[in-house]
Amino acid sequence: MTYALAVLLGVVAGVLSGLFGVGGGILFVPTLTALGLTQLHAEASSLLAIIPTVLVGVWRQQQHGYVRWRSALVIGVASIGGAVGGARAAESLPEATLRKLFAVLLLLTAGQIAWRARNR
Amino acid sequence: MRLILIGLAAGFFSTLFGVGGGIVIVPLLLLLPRWDIRSATATSLAAIGITATAGVVTYFAHGEVRPVYAALVGLPAAVGAVGGTALQQRLPVRTLALLFAALLVAIAIRLLVQ
Repeated sequence: MTYALAVLLGVVAGVLSGLFGVGGGILFVPTLTALGLTQLHAEASSLLAIIPTVLVGVWRQQQHGYVRWRSALVIGVASIGGAVGGARAAESLPEATLRKLFAVLLLLTAGQIAWRARNR
Repeated sequence: MRLILIGLAAGFFSTLFGVGGGIVIVPLLLLLPRWDIRSATATSLAAIGITATAGVVTYFAHGEVRPVYAALVGLPAAVGAVGGTALQQRLPVRTLALLFAALLVAIAIRLLVQ
């Protein structure tokens, strides 16, 4: 992994972020581990990288009037609580089984979103 | 109330499986309160900003954040986000929804083969 490639993957992560409302961590974390960071350091640094990415995304979306601030605040704060629960659960639940279930849930969700889009 | 549940689910699954909160927030906003995809993605970004900030503070306290590496990918990503949001305004809603569904499938496959 060269620094130039890391920068390029950063740009791609940003495009995905603006396009789909995700943070970009899905590309940040593998990029940072490929640069030699441990998984923990990569995840921690990815969270920091997400902040300028979503700030710019929110700034642009705000100009189009799409950001619902009150809802974002409720979801964001509740999400912090959920993250604490997730960290606890990770220690006690069968992670591999749950991950497969979650993947199936994502596939079903993708199917439903696609089905609705086609029938619009 | 629904929004609180969406937030809890996003934080829970993202921590448990290492997926971003947006992967949970956007579909739930699309399917439960039936938001349009642009409001769902824009609001998701703002919510992620809050959660990520809380996470960074925690990790920083433990000395696990590498700011130079974060800047190496995060600053180009901020530039990319301008392009991503601009592209989003130009794409039809239906195309966006189908592309988002494809992204979910890709992530599901990655989780299954992990």
